[in-house]
Amino acid sequence: MTVVFLEGTDDELSLQALALARRLGDVRVVQVDGPYAPSAWARAIVEAAGDDDIVGPGSDRGNEVLAHVAAQLDLPLAANVTDVRGDEVTRIRWGGTLLEEARLHGPRRLLTAAPFAFAAAVPEEAVTLLSPFPGNEPTVLDHVAPDTGGKVSLADAKVVVSGGRGVGSAEGFAILEELAELLDAAVGCSRVVTSAGWRPHTDQVGQTGTKVSPDLYIACGISGATQHIAGCKGAKKLLAINADPEATIFAHADYAVIGDLHEIVPAITAELRKARPQ
Amino acid sequence: MRVLVCVKRVPITGGRMVLTDDAQSIQTKHLGFTISPHEECGVEEAVRIVEQQGGEVVVLTLGPPEAEEQIRDCMAIGADRGIHLVTDADWDAQATAAAIADAIRAEEPFDLVVFGNESADAGNYQVGIRVAYALGLPVVTGLKGLTIDGGRARCEQEVPGGRDIYDVALPAVVTVKEGLNLPRYPSVPAKLRAKSKPLASKPVERLAPQLEKLRLLVPEGQGKQAEVLGEGSAAAARVVAVMQELGVA
Repeated sequence: MTVVFLEGTDDELSLQALALARRLGDVRVVQVDGPYAPSAWARAIVEAAGDDDIVGPGSDRGNEVLAHVAAQLDLPLAANVTDVRGDEVTRIRWGGTLLEEARLHGPRRLLTAAPFAFAAAVPEEAVTLLSPFPGNEPTVLDHVAPDTGGKVSLADAKVVVSGGRGVGSAEGFAILEELAELLDAAVGCSRVVTSAGWRPHTDQVGQTGTKVSPDLYIACGISGATQHIAGCKGAKKLLAINADPEATIFAHADYAVIGDLHEIVPAITAELRKARPQ
Repeated sequence: MRVLVCVKRVPITGGRMVLTDDAQSIQTKHLGFTISPHEECGVEEAVRIVEQQGGEVVVLTLGPPEAEEQIRDCMAIGADRGIHLVTDADWDAQATAAAIADAIRAEEPFDLVVFGNESADAGNYQVGIRVAYALGLPVVTGLKGLTIDGGRARCEQEVPGGRDIYDVALPAVVTVKEGLNLPRYPSVPAKLRAKSKPLASKPVERLAPQLEKLRLLVPEGQGKQAEVLGEGSAAAARVVAVMQELGVA
């Protein structure tokens, strides 16, 4: 039997974890009620699971709760697995730009499902609702939402216009902003750009930034370091604009335009305006 | 405030992952090394806290002899001294956490122990949490904001659509994310001073791994053949046609 922890029955990553759990055999579904308190939630899941395997989603929260479970049980945890064969797992490293095959040594398996490695399952099982009492364990007291000024967020945008070192300066992003506004797109950037202070970290797409999954990702002057690819490989289509025809980004792109983004981006903006009825 | 920051030496991978012949690690002959990006912000945050409130920043790493380079880099940012647990192989998360917890117990108690949310390479998401359990301390992860005041830590954890707020009593363990701050570049005098700051190195015995790495693989799907839409601004019309095809224009 496998116990699977869902953040919700409509949560995409949780339903992917359910798909992984079903591969291991019969499934029991648990959810946790009340304010988020990772150690208390884990304690409730450990108690409910008995000696069963435990699976969770590969979200920040899923990985956190399962790490608490693993620490409480002093058992190994394989985070972000893409496949399981008995006690052997395949899991992601480097934000998914590298894979690892590993063996779990333990009486039972603790796993989280790597995001988008499994097709979401349709929940049919009865859900056991757990209601732990956190006591003095760390518990969420409040939630603050950022003021996005009505703009679409990076994580939700259908189109992302993203800039890298090739943009050259903070001011250089004006042409990307203009194109993004026409497309109702979010503006993103690479780590080089945030480290240079040209854009805030909230705009960073990458392994240590936001992971995006738009219909179209437009990479302008981005070389294609693995740090960046880890954040944008979820895009359905990738258009790369780069002056260097040998840039690594082209090996990850569906469409390529070779040349200076400072000429090409405004040309696309002008062409889009022309194509639209006024 | 006595603050400990735990860091990990990782290669700067660039654009392509190339593995060694035995598929046990990344080919690093031509690569430089750094610490995980989250940890850079951890070191910066610890230094800022001690700059404002006084105290000591200690940096700890578990890794090969060459990882002294990363400890010296952290000292150039402002860490006061280092602890190097010297190893010769990859360790799994449980063994790493056990060795770090032992090293912390051997020290005067810290008010705050800082980790990166997850390492750039292995990405196990658990060493900081396991150390907290071993030491019996509260832990909050994924911080994008941290305020230390009156023996308590106000923690802002990044979640979809905003931040969750926690308030915990010190001593505590926190794991942080890049974006918490913008780390400084070390000055040349700071780099020189770092060379003579105290560093305690000691070898540690490796426990049998419970999550045993067998081999690494490069995922399929790299090396796509992109459709070239053109060169320079002449490509704009075809780009717009593609956007219309995709239904985003």
